[in-house]
Amino acid sequence: MLVVIEQCLNGLQVGLLLFLLAAGLTLVFGIMDLVNLAHGSLYMMGAYFAATFVAWTGSFVFGILLALGATLILGIVLELIALRPLYGRDHLDHVLATFGLILFFNDAVRLIWGPEGRSLQLPPWLSFAVQILPGVYYPMYRLSIILVSLAVAAFLYVLVMRTRIGMLIRAGASNREMIGALGINIKLLFTLIFGLGATLAGLAGLMQAPILTVQIGMGENILILAFVVIVIGGIGSIRGAFLAAIFVGVIDTLGRAFLPDLLRMVLSQTAASTAAPAISSMLIYLLMAIVLVVRPEGLFPAHGR
Amino acid sequence: MTLSFNARCLVFGVVIAGLALLPLYVQLTGDRFMLTLFTRVVILALAAVSLNLILGYGGMMSFGHAAYLGIGGYAVGILAHEGIGSGFIQWPVALAVSALFALVIGALSLRTRGVYFIMITLAFAQMAYYIASGLERYGGDDGLTIYKRSDFAGLINLNNRTHFYYLCLACLFAGMYLVWRLVNSRFGMAIRGIRSNERRMRAIGFPAYRYRLACFVIAGTLCGLAGALLANHNDFVSPATMYWTQSGDLMVMVILGGMGTLFGPLVGTIVLLVLEQLLSQVTEFSGLIIGPLLMLIVLFARGGIDGLLTRLRA
Repeated sequence: MLVVIEQCLNGLQVGLLLFLLAAGLTLVFGIMDLVNLAHGSLYMMGAYFAATFVAWTGSFVFGILLALGATLILGIVLELIALRPLYGRDHLDHVLATFGLILFFNDAVRLIWGPEGRSLQLPPWLSFAVQILPGVYYPMYRLSIILVSLAVAAFLYVLVMRTRIGMLIRAGASNREMIGALGINIKLLFTLIFGLGATLAGLAGLMQAPILTVQIGMGENILILAFVVIVIGGIGSIRGAFLAAIFVGVIDTLGRAFLPDLLRMVLSQTAASTAAPAISSMLIYLLMAIVLVVRPEGLFPAHGR
Repeated sequence: MTLSFNARCLVFGVVIAGLALLPLYVQLTGDRFMLTLFTRVVILALAAVSLNLILGYGGMMSFGHAAYLGIGGYAVGILAHEGIGSGFIQWPVALAVSALFALVIGALSLRTRGVYFIMITLAFAQMAYYIASGLERYGGDDGLTIYKRSDFAGLINLNNRTHFYYLCLACLFAGMYLVWRLVNSRFGMAIRGIRSNERRMRAIGFPAYRYRLACFVIAGTLCGLAGALLANHNDFVSPATMYWTQSGDLMVMVILGGMGTLFGPLVGTIVLLVLEQLLSQVTEFSGLIIGPLLMLIVLFARGGIDGLLTRLRA
């Protein structure tokens, strides 16, 4: 039972990290109609910036703040130079151009930081276990990822639903041309949204960094997961991305944790241990395929499209 | 006839003649590496040609085409591992399994459109990737070494590099001929019509879904053949063959050369792989050049190299 609680929390943590990545992706996708494969590169850059700045300043908090700022600036520069000419083009053009950006970023990182991975050390005030229920201990760091992500989700909710910028974002999601025609500076809005998305991706990357190593290509696997999340959730919908991300995170984690035991009950020992890793990796892709076949617009499609 | 038409024909003529005469050059200079490189070019060009059939002519943006490279490869590799070395069994199995996979994922994916189609094909290819990674008996993540190339009972010896190169080249030209005949047939007209305006095609009585699915299966089967060739070429097959970046590479080849043209994918493959090779000799950071180059091609060279050649009016 305790293991189940712990794995559920792990799933929640993975899901919330995915949400940070997926939120930026779905905003950029839903509002600017841009397929951005380089989103995973921003995630990687956030982690590399954090590893560098934390080592440089010697302070975890300070380094992370600097890394977030650096990712924001990088995102804005990227939008201005590379992505702005792509608006209104075919999705295939987006895929190709941003695929080129992935190649660029991977080799740029290899040039600057070298081919071997980095690690980001946790400060002592984050590396201990807390008692969350009687007898249930959980790493403080994972818990703080959950709390920070929830805070960011709440911030996004307030930003999108309660502020003027959010109103423009929602208007942009339902009709781009119209808000341009109404005199909104849509270029500035796009740059801001992209910068926001880049910062969220960087935040996800740097929070993941102490758990896994910081390495080249770390953004590529998780980018595909983030795409799965926004497709399941419905493109352009932050609420959909939030629910789908948690759903995907929990299913993926629980599948990996418990599927081998479940399979062992019905299959032979060897067959189960062979099939389990493959099936648990496939689980979410299977889920996405089912969702797309049953509801091609995703589970929570954004309104007005 | 304008000059542009001639420039384009000239380039394609040179490319075909060059590919056909390459082993002669290798004989004269002893530059075996060129043969290895161009065998790979020719095989991946076949994969690009098959992708072009659905991407360029059919308007189906599949982001999972590398899955068939892996499926064709694993069909050869697994059969060889189990002691069935005959190419007369291996290759038909490779084609059949690829066709079956294309039929299943096509039947599901073709219900969706646009970005959703890109994503669902990607998801299916990733599933294939994870299945292959889970095949512990066949090497799992590390891949499967193929100790004996497919045996064609004296008909052709795949261990002879020159013969193997010509076999690949023959497959490529046969594939291009097939695509050319296909897109200019009634079937191809219908496919292209469905790309331009599906609703109208349905209204005049074409079952758009079935046409698309047939086209999707043909392309998948053709790419499965490329997969069988690639596995024999590398003497190795691994899940990495199916990773989504490989699908991205195939897309780059098609678009770089020119989507929806007969020679575009071939030219795109040659340019991309040769460029990668040249750059890797100069710098180990080739992505710093290829990445921005892709960007520039998307922005300024619509229609890829083929489009550039067509526009080349002196």
